[in-house]
Amino acid sequence: MTTIISIANLCKTYEGGHQALKQVNLDIQEGEILALLGPNGAGKTTMISVICGLVSPTSGTVTVGGFDIIENYRQTRSQIGLVPQELTLAAFDRVWDTLCFSRGLFGKRPDNAYLEQLLKDLSLWDKRNNELRTLSGGMRRRVLIAKALSHQPKILFLDEPTAGVDVELRKDMWRIVNRLRDSGVTIILTTHYIEEAEQIADRVGVINHGELLLVDDKVNLMQELGRKQLIIELKEPINNIPESMASYALELSDDGHELIFTYDTQGKNTGITALLQSMHAAGISMKDLNTTQSSLQDIFVNLVQAQR
Amino acid sequence: MNIQAVKVIYKYEMLRTWHTLFQSIASPVLSTALYFIVFGSAIGSRIQSVDGVTYGLFIVPGLMMLSILTQSVSNASFGIFFPKFTGTVYEVMSAPISFFEILLGYVGAAATKSLIIGTIILITASFFVELRIDHPIWMAMFLILTCVSFSLLGFIIGLWANNFEKLQVVPLLIITPLVFLGGTFYSVSMLPPVWQTVTLFNPVLYLVSGFRWSFFEVSDVNVGISLGVILLFLGICSGIVWWMFKTGYRLKQ
Repeated sequence: MTTIISIANLCKTYEGGHQALKQVNLDIQEGEILALLGPNGAGKTTMISVICGLVSPTSGTVTVGGFDIIENYRQTRSQIGLVPQELTLAAFDRVWDTLCFSRGLFGKRPDNAYLEQLLKDLSLWDKRNNELRTLSGGMRRRVLIAKALSHQPKILFLDEPTAGVDVELRKDMWRIVNRLRDSGVTIILTTHYIEEAEQIADRVGVINHGELLLVDDKVNLMQELGRKQLIIELKEPINNIPESMASYALELSDDGHELIFTYDTQGKNTGITALLQSMHAAGISMKDLNTTQSSLQDIFVNLVQAQR
Repeated sequence: MNIQAVKVIYKYEMLRTWHTLFQSIASPVLSTALYFIVFGSAIGSRIQSVDGVTYGLFIVPGLMMLSILTQSVSNASFGIFFPKFTGTVYEVMSAPISFFEILLGYVGAAATKSLIIGTIILITASFFVELRIDHPIWMAMFLILTCVSFSLLGFIIGLWANNFEKLQVVPLLIITPLVFLGGTFYSVSMLPPVWQTVTLFNPVLYLVSGFRWSFFEVSDVNVGISLGVILLFLGICSGIVWWMFKTGYRLKQ
């Protein structure tokens, strides 16, 4: 895989003194879907805005397809489509006109056939002559996506694409994202819905207080950082954990029917064998065993809390 | 050069004129007609000729300037202020387009509109007075230079303004008084000597004077000085815009 966006030592301090990005280093691979996770105000939008040319970096460099975003802004920006977080659209423009406008801005000649297909793919073709103010929130979100794709970009930024979007549209959106990925478009999306990242991304980056805490393959991330829990269902309920087993990270469910053992998959010894032997020695018999793995949600919460 | 981008911005801005046709074109025509009726016919009929030109004819260049100046400023300032206000400017700012191209699109469209309005006023005037233009090329040159430089000024105001009040204040409190006191409806020689000197500090005087000279060879100041002043004004506005773009003033954080 080749690197399409390379961010090196990127810092941004706003005029008021707020440090939105602190020494961010990140390489984004061509054709991948990268999800940037982080709470509100973490610096996700600032990072996207710098790459797209909306915010000037304080220091550091960003290259897109090998071109510097400041010196060669024409080459970098023409490869990028941006779907902003806010529904910023001119109320009185018509869908078709606004698409033609976007395409032209990015230096592309009119291509009615492409735009027609784009509108059809986004279920907007029927609305092409409607004024934007007459469209629902979901439809406007679609128009923003259509505008971002109107110049056939190689990279698509989706800033909080599903904020305030109903389930139907969310599903539609992921269908579109998948189709785009299949056609080779690199997609970077920011979100604070963890399930979203979990479902769709190839890699996940966690950002908080302007720092990129980690970037990793989603599967690796969940394997490496994932804590597992072993839930042991007991034949007979017990009132408390026997003293001989006090050294294990055990919890007893309220009804006394389940013992919950939390362990680290990365550790040399998970301690499961020893635990089971101790249980046997203590005369506790099991009915069933079950394991659960922590979700990205847990990983994320742990990371963000650890930083505090 | 991103020609497509300049084209779409220009087209978009021109389209805005057609959507607001009445406001954009009909209103300057209407107000000009009213000026002609009140000043040209009603009052003008009691005023003897000014510098050998009938009063109705004398005010034609001034009236054109009045509309062109106010329209250039308001069109150009609104053109860039509104996308800034609604947030849609993000698209222009993230497009592979240079600041010069942005300017060409927005200011070009605003200047074109002013040019159209100026022409319409000239045609309207021809229904009230018998027109006379001694130096049509100079006239066209003054007209274009004024349209461009005041559209630039409007663009600067649109970038600077961060609320609707500021957007209105400059045209209302600065441009309009300057135009009215710049010899639009009178020759400076009609004023008391003290006010004649004060008026010389009003840049609009030089525009109106030069423009009037191209019509009837009648002017308050030398036509060369008029041309110099408008070129200087164009230079200053270009300098300010250049600085604003270079620093990303009110556009980029």
